[in-house]
Amino acid sequence: MTTARWALFIDVAKCHNCRNCTIACKDEYVDNDWPGYSAPQPRHGHEWIAIATRERGEAPMVDVAHLPSTCNQCDDAPCVAAAPDGAVYRRDDGIVIIDPVKARGRREIVSSCPYGAIAWNEALSLPQKWTFDAHLIDRGWKEPRCVQVCPTGAMTSAKLDDAALARKVADDGYEALDSRAGAKPRVYYRHLGRWSKLFVGATLIRSVNGVDECVAGARAAVVRDGREVATAVSDDFGEVKVDGVDAVAGRVDFVVAMPGCRPLRVDVGLDGTDSRYLGTLRLEPA
Amino acid sequence: MKVALALKGAEWAMNLTAARHPAFAARLAGRDRVVQLRMRDARGPARHFRFGSARVRSSPGLHGKPDVVLTFKNEATAWRIFKPGAKRGDAVNFAKNFAVEVTGDDELACWFTETLSLMRSVGWKIGVDVGHGETRYCNATNSGPVFVYVKDGKIVRVTPIDFDADDPESWTIEARGRSFSPPRRTTTTAHTLASKSMVYSKDRLLHPMKRVDFDPDGERNCANRGKSGYVRISWDEALDLVVAEIRRVKRVHGHGAIMNSHSSHHTWGNIGCYVSAFNRCMNAIGYTKMVINPDSWEGWYWGATHHYGYSMRLGAAEPYGMIEDCLNEAELIVFWSSDPESTGGSYAAFEGTLRRMFARDIGIEMVHIDPHLNYTASLLGGKWIPIVPGTDPALAHAIAHVWITEGLYDRAYVAERTTGFEKYRDYVLGVEDGVPKTPEWQAAETGVPAHTVRALARKWGTKKTYLGAGGKGTAFGGACRSATGSQWARAMVCLMAMRGLGKPGINFGNLQYGSPIDYNFYFPGYGEGGLSGDVETTGAAVQLYQRQPQLPSMNVVAQRITRNRIAEAILVGEAHGHPIDPKSINGQFMRFHYPAPGHSRVRMMYNYGGSHFGTVQESHRLADAYRSDELEFVVNQSIWHEGESRFADVILPACTNFERWDIGEWTVAGGYSHHNNGQLNHRVISIQHPCIEPLGESRSDYRIFLELMHRLGLGTYYSEGLTELDWCRSQFEASDLPGRISWEDFLARGYYVVPPEDTKASPQPNAMRWFAEGRRKDVPEPHPLPAGYGERFREGLQTMSGKIEFEASSLKMIDDPGRPPLNRYIPSWEGRGTTGLYRRYPLQLITPHPRYSFHTHTDGKDTFINDIDDHRVLVDGYYYWSVRIHPDDAAARGVAHHDLVRLYNDRGSVICAATLTRRLAPGVVQAYASSAVYDPVGAPEARIDRGGCVNTLAPTRWQTEKTSASAPNSCLIEIERWTGAAAAPAASLGEEEP
Repeated sequence: MTTARWALFIDVAKCHNCRNCTIACKDEYVDNDWPGYSAPQPRHGHEWIAIATRERGEAPMVDVAHLPSTCNQCDDAPCVAAAPDGAVYRRDDGIVIIDPVKARGRREIVSSCPYGAIAWNEALSLPQKWTFDAHLIDRGWKEPRCVQVCPTGAMTSAKLDDAALARKVADDGYEALDSRAGAKPRVYYRHLGRWSKLFVGATLIRSVNGVDECVAGARAAVVRDGREVATAVSDDFGEVKVDGVDAVAGRVDFVVAMPGCRPLRVDVGLDGTDSRYLGTLRLEPA
Repeated sequence: MKVALALKGAEWAMNLTAARHPAFAARLAGRDRVVQLRMRDARGPARHFRFGSARVRSSPGLHGKPDVVLTFKNEATAWRIFKPGAKRGDAVNFAKNFAVEVTGDDELACWFTETLSLMRSVGWKIGVDVGHGETRYCNATNSGPVFVYVKDGKIVRVTPIDFDADDPESWTIEARGRSFSPPRRTTTTAHTLASKSMVYSKDRLLHPMKRVDFDPDGERNCANRGKSGYVRISWDEALDLVVAEIRRVKRVHGHGAIMNSHSSHHTWGNIGCYVSAFNRCMNAIGYTKMVINPDSWEGWYWGATHHYGYSMRLGAAEPYGMIEDCLNEAELIVFWSSDPESTGGSYAAFEGTLRRMFARDIGIEMVHIDPHLNYTASLLGGKWIPIVPGTDPALAHAIAHVWITEGLYDRAYVAERTTGFEKYRDYVLGVEDGVPKTPEWQAAETGVPAHTVRALARKWGTKKTYLGAGGKGTAFGGACRSATGSQWARAMVCLMAMRGLGKPGINFGNLQYGSPIDYNFYFPGYGEGGLSGDVETTGAAVQLYQRQPQLPSMNVVAQRITRNRIAEAILVGEAHGHPIDPKSINGQFMRFHYPAPGHSRVRMMYNYGGSHFGTVQESHRLADAYRSDELEFVVNQSIWHEGESRFADVILPACTNFERWDIGEWTVAGGYSHHNNGQLNHRVISIQHPCIEPLGESRSDYRIFLELMHRLGLGTYYSEGLTELDWCRSQFEASDLPGRISWEDFLARGYYVVPPEDTKASPQPNAMRWFAEGRRKDVPEPHPLPAGYGERFREGLQTMSGKIEFEASSLKMIDDPGRPPLNRYIPSWEGRGTTGLYRRYPLQLITPHPRYSFHTHTDGKDTFINDIDDHRVLVDGYYYWSVRIHPDDAAARGVAHHDLVRLYNDRGSVICAATLTRRLAPGVVQAYASSAVYDPVGAPEARIDRGGCVNTLAPTRWQTEKTSASAPNSCLIEIERWTGAAAAPAASLGEEEP
C-alpha cells in the first residue's frame, strides 16, 4: 500500500460558476501570511482557483460549462523539477508547496507550470499558487476551503492511496487533464465532455392538420465519414441535441429519422470549436 | 431597608467587578460625576454614587449637586427593579407610568445604567479558542451565518458553519424510493466570503467628515454636492452640527421638513438594521417617510393580490410543505423568470441548490422561461424558452388558450374554487374582442414559436406541475418588474387556478421554500423592528411587541414620499405615490400627495447608507435633487464612501456588523416575509459577536443614534438604559430560545440550530391544499388579518368572493387603465411595440438582481468581488460593470469581448464592459441591477456614469397609473463602443485633511 495523498475532484456538470471557491481562496490568502506555506496573495489580479466558461449552441439550445482550474498538485510536478534546490517541493501527502522564502525572485518557476497555475506576485517578487490549504490540513481540517464552500458538490477532495484513487477514478468516471510535460496532475475531472465535445442540434417540427407541431421521438445522428458518431432522440419540444461529437473541424451529416416522415439529412460544417444549433427543421410526410 | 441594602450592595458589586476587570475599572474612572438614587418621598432611602476613580464611592442620603437623579415612586417600586430576578418589563412599565424618572445629564444617566449592565456582561465569555492564536467568533450576513476567525484583532477568514455532533440531526425527505438530506453545514455565497475585503476596504469611512465648502452659518454651496471634497472633523463637531440642523429645520420649517432615505437592505442583525435603530431614532425626531415600491415584489403586490389575496405577503403565495410535495408528486417544474441560483431566494445562499439537483436526478422535468439563460437553467438543464422581455403575459394567455381548447384545465376546481372564469375564457378565445389568444397570436409578441407554446401547454396541462414564478417561487424576479409586471403576476395566478393550485404536485414553488423546519418555534425577524418599538411600520405587532417589554415609538409625521419620486419632491416640490399597505388588498389604492396638507416641504435629508443611485430608476435625477438649494442639509450615515455619501454635507462613519453586537436568525425577515426561513435546510440563530474593534473612528449605528439622542435629551428614552448587547439579550429573551439554550452558552457557542420538525410524527400541512379541498385554512400563517375573511375566519381567500377571481372584484373598485379587472394583454409602454422609440433604441435592457453581490452590498468597495469578471471587468485599471450582449449585436456595433461600451438612451449613458454571450437571443442585453458605484464623468448634464448604475437608463414611469410599481426591465437602449474612457476624470474621492 502506498502513502495516501490528497487529490481534488471536479464535476464539470455540477459547477455553476458561483465563484465561492475563488473567493474563499482569496479570503484565505489575501493579507494572510502562512509562514512555511505561502506569502500573502495580492488583493487583486491573482486567481489561484480560477473558473473558465464555455458556451455551446445558440438560443434556444444553449448550454454552458464551467471549468475550475488550479494547481494540479502533480505527481511529477515540472515546478518541482524547475527548482531542484527545494524552493518547490512535494510533500508526502502529495501537496506541492512553493517555499515562500526560497522561491523569492524565481520567475522561471511561473513558466515551468504547463497549466499556467502559478502566478507571479510582483510586489513580493514571488511565484505563488494554491497550496491545497496545506496550513489548514496540517491543523486538522478535513478538506480545503474550496470544497467546504462548494454548494453543488462539484468540488470534492480525498486523501487516498494509489489503489483507492485508481478505483475512485475508474468507478466515478473521472479523468485527469492531459499530462503535460509528464506532470501527472492530481486534479481529476468528470463530465469534461461538457467542455471539450461539440453537439449538433435542431428543433424538429411538422405540420399536423395545418398546424405546426413539435416532433418528439425522432432519432437524429451525426454522421462523420459515413459513420454515426453520436445519436439522440428528440424531446417533447422537438429538440434534439446530438452531443459528444469530437471537436474536429470538417463536414458531418445531421440525419433525422422519424416514422411517417421523410428522412432528413443536413450537411453541417463544423469549425472544430463551436457547436451547431441548426434552428427549426421541418419534417415532411413520408 | 432592602432597597438601602441593595443600593449599598451596588457599590460593592461595582468595585468587585472593577477589581476583577481592568476595563470595567477604567470605565468607572474618568471625569467626576455624581449619580443619585432616591425615592420621591424624601423620607425613603437615598444614596449617591461618586465616580471619578477606579473605585466608586457611595454614601447614604442626598447629594447637594448630583449630575443625574433616578427617582423612584417609593421603596416598593425600587425593590421591584433591584430585587434579584427583577423583570425588565416592570422597569419599563414603571417608566411608562412615571413611577421611575430620570433627570439630569442624559448621557450620564445612560452611562450609569449601562455600567450596571456591564457588571454582568463584562465577564461573559465569547468566541472559541481554536489554537494558532486564532479565536473563532460568530456573525451573520445577508447570505447566512458565518464563523469569523480573528487573530491579533484582525479578521483572518470568514467561513460557513460546519455543524457538529452537538447540533440536531438534519431532516430527511423520502421521495420516489430515494431520500434527500441536506449537508451538515450552512451554504454561503461569494459576497459573504468576501466579507473581509468589505471590512478592510479602502472606501471605508473612518472619520466623521464635512464637505469642505459647507458652512451651516454661511454659504452652504448645495450645488457643489457630489463635486467637493471633505474635511475630517471630530465626532462632537459632527454630531453637534447634525443636531443643530435638526433643531433649526424643525424650528424654521416645521412639521415634516426632515426626511429619511435608506436602502431596502442593510448589514444583517435585528438590532443594527435600519428597521430597528434608525427607525427608532427617526421616529423620535419626526420625519417624512420614504416609501418603497415594494421593490422586487412589484407585479405580485400590485397585480396578483387582486386575484387571490396574500396582501400580507405582498402577493407572494403560501410557502409551506412544498419541498416534500414537489419531490414526491410533481412531474414538471416551470421556472418562469426564476433564477434562485443567482439570487438565493431571499438571503438563503445556495440552500435550495441540492434539492433542485435532486429533483432533476429523480426525473422531474424542467422548463425555464427567461430572456436570459440564467444560472438555474444552465445548471439544471431542461427546455429554455427565451422570450422577448415584457411579453410574458401574452405567452400565458396562449397557454390558457391551448388548455381551454384542448380541455386541459381542471374544470371541477375552476367551478368550485374560482369565479369569473367564463369571462376570462371568452377573452382568451376572442369572443370578447375577436382576437383569439392563440399560440400563433402570441408568437409575434413573445418571439416564442407557436409549436413550442403548444408543446409547453400540453406538457404543463397533462403533468402535475410546480410553477416557480420569480426567484422565490412567487415574487422576486425580472418579469414582475416591467411595464407588464402586474399583468404577468396576475396571469400566473390565473394559470395555476386553471390547473388546480394546491392539489398534490400542483403549486407555486421552485423548491426554494417549504422545507420541514419547525415553524412553531419563534425568533423575531428583522422586519419586526428589533429595538424600534414601532408597531405601525414594522411587523412588531404580531409577536415581538408583546414579548419584548419596551417603550413605544411612533412617527408623528404623516407625510410620505415614494422612493422613486424623491427627486421630483425635492426639485418640483410635488409628487404622489401609492403605499405599501399589506393589511388589505385595497390599502394600495390610497394615493398620497406630497406635500401633504399642513406639512412642510422637505429641507433636510437623513440618508442612511450610500448606494441608492444603483437601485432607483433614472437616478441622475437624484444627483440633481442633491444639488438643489431646496435641500438645505444632507447628512449621510454610511459604512463606505460611495454613491450617496459623496453628496452629503456631513458624513457619519458607521462600522460593519463584524465590529459590533447584534443578533439574528438566518433569512428571517418577519413582516411581509413571514416564515422566510422555510427556505433553509437548518434554522440557524446566531449571536453576532463584535469580532474586531470598529475601524478608525467608526461607530455602531446604535451608538451614533444614541449620541444624537443624548443631545436632544432623548438618550434614556432611545436606549432605555440598555447597551446593544442588552438589546440582543432582549431579543433572545423574547424568542423561544430560553429553555433550549442558556444565554451564556449561546453567547459562547455563537449559534443555535433549531431541530427540524419530525414530519413523520406530525405531518406538516401543504400550501393551499386546504383551499383546494375546501377546508379551513391549516397552514401556520397568521394572515390575512381577521377582517380579510368574507365568510368565516380562516375559511376562503382574502378576495371578495373568498375564491380565486379571474375577474378581480377589487380592481372593479378603481379605474386603472393598466389594470382592468379582467387581465387583458396590454403591450409594454416601452418595448418592441413602441416603434418610434424602438427604432432609435433597438436593444432591450433587462436588469435582474445581481448574482455576485447582495444588491449594492459587497459591490464596489474594492472587494474581492471586483475580480469576478462575470460581475466587473478590469479595463485600464478600472473595474467596469459587465453588460451581456449577443455576439451578433456586438459585431453589428464593432464591439469585441470586454470592449468598453456606452449604453445610452434619452435618460443618460452608462459605460460598461461588454461580455459577449449566447445566453441571450439577439436584441436583448442584460446587466445586473444594483451597482454600488455611481461615478459620473464629465459635466452633470452629460449624464454619463461609469460606475455601472444601469438603472439610470430605466424609466421612472409606474407600471400602471394607479400604482407605485417600478418597471426597470422595460428599458430600450442603444450601445456603441466607448473610447472616451481615458479622457474621463475620476469622480472626486477626496478627503482633504484640515
